[in-house]
This record gives sequence, C-alpha cells and structure tokens, in this order.
Amino acid sequence: MSFINNLRDKFRRAPRPARERLGDTLFRIIAFLAAATIVLIIALLVIQLFRGAIPSIREFGAGFLSSTEWDPGNDLYGAWPFIYGTLVSSLLALLMAVPLSLGIAIFLSQFAPRWLRSPLGFIVELLAAIPSVVYGLWGIFVLAPFLGETVEPFFSGHLGSIPIFAGPVYGVGLFSAAVVLAVMILPTISAISRESMLNVPRDLKEAAQALGATPWETIRMSVLPLARPGIIGAVILGLGRALGETMAVTMVIGNRPEASASIFAPAYTIASVIANEFAEVTAGLHMAALIELALILLAITLLLNLLARLLVQQTGARAARGKDKRA
Amino acid sequence: MAGSITTNNLSATFGEVRAIEGISIEIIANKVTALIGPSGCGKSTFLRCLNRMHELVPGAGTTGEVIWDGRNIYAPDVDATDVRRGIGMVFQKPNPFPLMSIADNVSAGLRLAGSKRNKSAMEEAVERSLRLAALWDEVKNKLHKPGGSLSGGQQQRLCIARALAVEPDVILMDEPCSALDPASTQKIEDTMDKLKDNYTIVIVTHNMQQAGRVSDFTGFLLTQESGEPGRLIEYGPTSKIFTMPDHKETENYITGRFG
Amino acid sequence: MNNGFNRRRRNAISGLAYLLCVLATIIALIPLMLILFYVISQGAPALNLDFLTQLPKPVGETGGGMGNAIVGSLMLIGIAAVVGLPLGVLAGTYLAEFRSPRLSWTVRLLADILSGVPSIIIGVFVYTLLVLTMKHFSALAGGVALAILMLPTVARTTEEMLRMVPDTLREASLALGIPRWRTIVSIIIKTAGGGIITGIMLALARIAGETAPLLFTALSSRTWPTGLDKPVASLPVQIYTYAISPYEDWHQQAWAGSLVLVIMVLLLSVGSKLYFGRKMRSVR
Repeated sequence: MSFINNLRDKFRRAPRPARERLGDTLFRIIAFLAAATIVLIIALLVIQLFRGAIPSIREFGAGFLSSTEWDPGNDLYGAWPFIYGTLVSSLLALLMAVPLSLGIAIFLSQFAPRWLRSPLGFIVELLAAIPSVVYGLWGIFVLAPFLGETVEPFFSGHLGSIPIFAGPVYGVGLFSAAVVLAVMILPTISAISRESMLNVPRDLKEAAQALGATPWETIRMSVLPLARPGIIGAVILGLGRALGETMAVTMVIGNRPEASASIFAPAYTIASVIANEFAEVTAGLHMAALIELALILLAITLLLNLLARLLVQQTGARAARGKDKRA
Repeated sequence: MAGSITTNNLSATFGEVRAIEGISIEIIANKVTALIGPSGCGKSTFLRCLNRMHELVPGAGTTGEVIWDGRNIYAPDVDATDVRRGIGMVFQKPNPFPLMSIADNVSAGLRLAGSKRNKSAMEEAVERSLRLAALWDEVKNKLHKPGGSLSGGQQQRLCIARALAVEPDVILMDEPCSALDPASTQKIEDTMDKLKDNYTIVIVTHNMQQAGRVSDFTGFLLTQESGEPGRLIEYGPTSKIFTMPDHKETENYITGRFG
Repeated sequence: MNNGFNRRRRNAISGLAYLLCVLATIIALIPLMLILFYVISQGAPALNLDFLTQLPKPVGETGGGMGNAIVGSLMLIGIAAVVGLPLGVLAGTYLAEFRSPRLSWTVRLLADILSGVPSIIIGVFVYTLLVLTMKHFSALAGGVALAILMLPTVARTTEEMLRMVPDTLREASLALGIPRWRTIVSIIIKTAGGGIITGIMLALARIAGETAPLLFTALSSRTWPTGLDKPVASLPVQIYTYAISPYEDWHQQAWAGSLVLVIMVLLLSVGSKLYFGRKMRSVR
C-alpha cells in the first residue's frame, strides 16, 4: 500500500497540467518509448553478450584473460594476444597522433592566417568522414609495403638490438596498424582540440598579450590550460576509436595471435579476430570465446568512457577555478 | 459575459519562491485594463496565470481561482489549450514563426489547432486579422514573404493579428511596446483602442503614460518588501487611480517617487 | 641588455613553436592527401558504366562490377533510415521537450556510451539478436545494426537543435491554443529542421561507410538483392573482400569501389554542410 502511495506522490509532485489532451498524451508516450529504446538497446547488448559468452567464461574462467593460446583446432582459447595487440596498437597510434593533432589544432586556431583556416579545417573534417575500409585499402597496398621497405628495415637494422625493433620485418604488423590508426584518428583529435582552443575567450588571450607575452607564451599560459578538458576529451575519443577500429587494422596488422615484443611483428586485435572468425563459426566454445572477446572490448571502452568523464569533469573544474582566480 | 475574468485569491509560485499572492480582481469585458507596478512586482506572472501560460515554467504552481466564461480555468477537467484559444497573448518581444510567411503566421493558430477551414475562409481570416491589427495595407502585397522580414513594430502587429485570428474573447499583452520605437507604439495603441469594441484587453506595462493613455481600468501591484510576493495594492478606474488614489504607495509610484 | 637577450630568446622559442606547428600540419596532411590521391588515381581508371551496373564476374573472368553492392548499400542505408530516423528524432524530441530530469540524464548518458561502442560489437549484438533467432543472415539484420549505430547521433543532434529553438516560439504557439504535440511537430521541429537534417545526413554518411557491423549480419552476396530476409552485398564489405583477395583485377575493383564510396560519403557530408549553411542564412 505504502508503495502505491509513494508512487502516487511521485506522480503528483511533477507539476503537470490537470488534464492533458489525448494527442499530447499519445505523443509524449511515443517519444518516451523512443527514448527508452536507447536504454533497452544498451541493456540488451550487455545481456546478450554476457549470455553468449557464458560457455567460455565457465570453461576458462579468469584464465581467459591471461592465456596466450588461441587454438580453434583443439578448442583452446585465450584472450591475451588480442588484448595486447589492441592496447599496444592503439597506444602507439596515440603516441604518433596526439602531438601532430595538437600541432594542427594550435596552428589552425592560433597561428594560421585567416584565409587558410576554414579551407584547412574543412579538409580535416572531410578526412574524418572517409570510411575505415578505404584507409585499410590504402594501408594494405601503399603504406604497409612502403613501411616494410624503408622505415622498418632502417630501425631494425640500426636498433635491432632493442627488443621492440628486433626481428624480421614484413610490412604488415603492429607498427603499420598503429600508423594507419594514427592517420585515422588525427582528424578527430585535431578537430575537437581546435574547437576547444577556439572557445577560449579572447580577453584572456589579450590579457597575456598585454603583459608582453610572445604568441607561444600566450598559447601556453592562457589557451592550453583552458582548452585542456576539451583536449583530453578529444584524445580519449581518439583512443576509443582506435581501440574499436576493425577494418583498417584487420587489413594491415598481419593477424597472428602472438604477443610479441617487437612492434614490427604481426599481431592481432580483438576487433580483428572477431571480424575474421565470427562469420565462420556457428556455435560452440569458439563462438562463446569470440563473444567473450567482444564483451572484454566493450568493458574496455566503457571504462575509457568513465575515465573520460572523470578527467574532463576534474580538469574542467580546475580550469574553472583557475579562471575564477584570474578574474 | 464571455470577456470578463475574475480571479479569487490567486497566488503563483516558482518552486519555493512566491511570485504573487492573494490577488482578487474583476476584469471587465470590452475594456482595457492596465497592470502597472515596479519591475519584479509579479504583474507579468499574474498576466500569465490568466491563460495558464505560467504553468509552462518548470516548477511553477498556482492556487486560487480564475473564473472565465463561468468556469474556473484551473478546474481539473479544463484543458489549458481551450483556455488559451479563448484568451490570447502578445509577448514583450515580437515572436513571429521564423520559417513561416506572413500569411502562414496569421493562420497558424487556425491551421494547427485543428479547425478545418477551406482556403478562402482562411484567406478571409488572414485579411480580417491583419486589418484589425492595422497591418494589412503594409503587407498585402507580400503575404508570402517571411514574417521575420518585417520591422520590429510590424512584427509585433503581426503577432497581434496572429492572436486575433483564432478569435479569442480576451487578449493579454505583456509589455507589447517595450521593444518598439514611439511611432510603432503609437500604432499599437491605436489598434488597442479599436479592438476594445469586440475584445477585452489586459495590458502589462511599465510605462505609466501608456497606462494612462490606453486603459479604462488600472491595477497597481507592488512587492512591499524584498522576498515578499507581489500583491494587488489598488484597482479601479484609471482616471481615479491616476488622480486620487486611495493608497500612499500608489500615489508615490504614480508621481514617480519610486520604482 | 640582459632583458633584450631574454626577449630575443623568448621570441625564438615562440618562432620555433610556430614552425613545429606548421610542420605538424604538413606531416599530418601528407598521408591524408595521399589517400585521396590514391583513391582517385587507382580508382578512376577502373571506374566505368559496367562497374556501376554489372554483377561481379566469377573468379578468373575479368570485367563485371559492383552494381549489386551499390544497390545493396542503398538498401541497407534505407532500412537503417526507416528504423533509426523516427526513433532517433523522437528520442531527441523527448530529451529536449519533455524535461523529466532523471530519465533524460540516463538516456543522454547511455546515448553517449552507445555512440562510443565499437561498431563490430554492434554487429555481434545484432547477430545474437536477429541472425541467430531468424537462423540466417539478412539485409534486415544489417540494416538494424546500422540503425543502432546512427540512433545516438540522430537523437543527440535532434536534442541540441531543438534546444536552440528559443522558448518564445513555444510560448507563441501554445498561447494560440495550439496543442503541445502540434507545437512540437509543426513549429519547433520544423524550425530546427535544417539542423536536424544536417545531423541526419552526417549520420547517414557515417553508416554508409561502415563495414564491420555488416560482416556477419548482412553478410555478402554475388547476386542482386532479392529480399529483406536474404543476405545482401554492400559496397564496404565488397571492397574489403576484394582488397584481401589475391587477384589483381579485384584489387582494381576495390579501388574503384572505394572511389564510389568516398564520393557517396563526401556528397552526403559536404552536401549537408552546404544545405545547413543556406538554411541558417534564410532563418536569419
């Protein structure tokens, strides 16, 4: 009874017109159902993946994460080579893409002459729209052969004693995948960073300039600190895209389930192994293991999303505090 | 009489904040009633309670009665949409629908509130409303042009025409001239004078000269202390309020001693 | 004196930073320009009427085209639009117009999360949901996967665009006695229409190039599409299949397919921007 009263209270508290027209009620319910679909999809997504992964979770337990064996012939599955490949390729890509993206963003938002800004910005946005399979096509026929003949032999020849550059070079492999990923996430990261740099109020920049700061000092002192939440958001968005990217990576990473120390060695990512093997299996442990991999990838992206929220909130608050202090 | 509105002990809140309290007033049909008072006294809120626009603000609430056409418009079985069809409103800033032509702006209420009319009846209604709002001669050759292409004063008269097209009994005007130049203000005041024969008009204004010029009755609202809700201090024929008000506060306000 | 030296040093650092930024821009633009260059130079020679209208030829025979994949892609985008657009626009409308704080917060959060879920995972999800239950791959499953991918973008864009419509228009409409749902549909959504359409076109551009979620939902096919419940070819999947094949002729076709796909995607996204720009001017 008290539950019903509570419920009634809740409805009553919402100030709502005493009587609603039928059309309004219907429209509100339809719109509500559409909004609820998003909630439903996420819920179903988690449930379906979890259910599909159960046989594999039962069979391998936590060892699935650390096992390096991926042997469909003997029905043995371990996720480590894929987790490793996914993380390392994405982080390498970030390492290359972030400095370049920030350079572009600073150039476009602060240095570039006005006539150059919008065409360049337009090109960058255009490139963000190119489908990943096209990047993959270019990666497999142009980039990987080029890297395999020039850059990789150079490093492995001169620095081959360092494990990360050791071993034979194939062209396809972790490094090529990382380069393709870097090219792909460049437009995303630079576009969002540029946006947040453009949002820095002009008077803060002018304050620094009035103190005699050079253009770079102005950027470092007033633009970058305030744009930081946006930049962090952009980097994490880029990382998220890299982690989940499937086609381009599948085409150039070599697809070998090994966690090798060398960045020139072929590797495999979670998304790639699903793309390659999922359509061919129909049931059984193999499919459950692939679905569990999907679940792991989902968990990684969710964690990243959470981290992004925390970081953006924190640095956002700090930037706001900084602004107050200055004011 | 269809055009009269009586409020009984009307109060309005925004969440915890009390905006107006205990207002009882009888607005007389086919007259112009002006509501005056210093800014923040709740005169606009009161006006918005008269056609249930106040409740659109999140967290807003009302108590008391508003009797119109023999019924309390806040009774549970009354539809706010019906109330607003009968009691129209003109806002402080002209707000024509930007993507609609002048003609479509005027007929919007007729078309979208579900009444089926044929094309010629619609055209007639558009012309009649624009003539009433004294805008017809200026726009009759460009009815298909966007409403936003007009000047500010013309836009406000367009909004008046739009409100008239649905044939309400009462028109509420919330500082309709505050964004306009003197010439446009003059035109709108002339319009109000003409409309009086067929419509009841309630106008909120911060301009006392305007209240004196256009209204037959005047109500003076005041917030006596900060944090207090606005209350109706005095209400009566405009000539009396402006020459020999009963209350000291009214006199002070009229003679410009505060507010 | 010391001051002047200091000043010169600081100016030099600033100049260096400038140079580095220019350099970064050039380095980043090189591969991006190269991609466009290769897609055009490799794709154009293989692009002809046959390519656009013919079915693929069996292995070993030269010629043929990707006509079925182009039709299939349009079909998949069509299904996604039919399923995803009404849902997305209505969900966005709910977020913007019916402000129920708790549900809106949840939906907004989940929409952001959903837009960050890798597309391959959506493919796996739709596989378990539709392909397993219907017991075969189908155009419908592929279209639904694409619809899920576009749903959060459409919903959030719609919400943002509706919020940009000033409240004074809502009041103007309601004060005329126009019912709330009519106000929303005929006044608010119409006023925000240009922005919403731009968002929709961008979302369509994005799903037009999606490959991963189709691999095991729509699968692929070497014939013309025959029905919603049958596997269907799509341009991105066809490009992928041809790219990783060992045949030189197929590689050529993959480039040509890429050129067609890129043109399609760019037309959608550039077109939407131009359209939006024009629309915005007319509102002003």
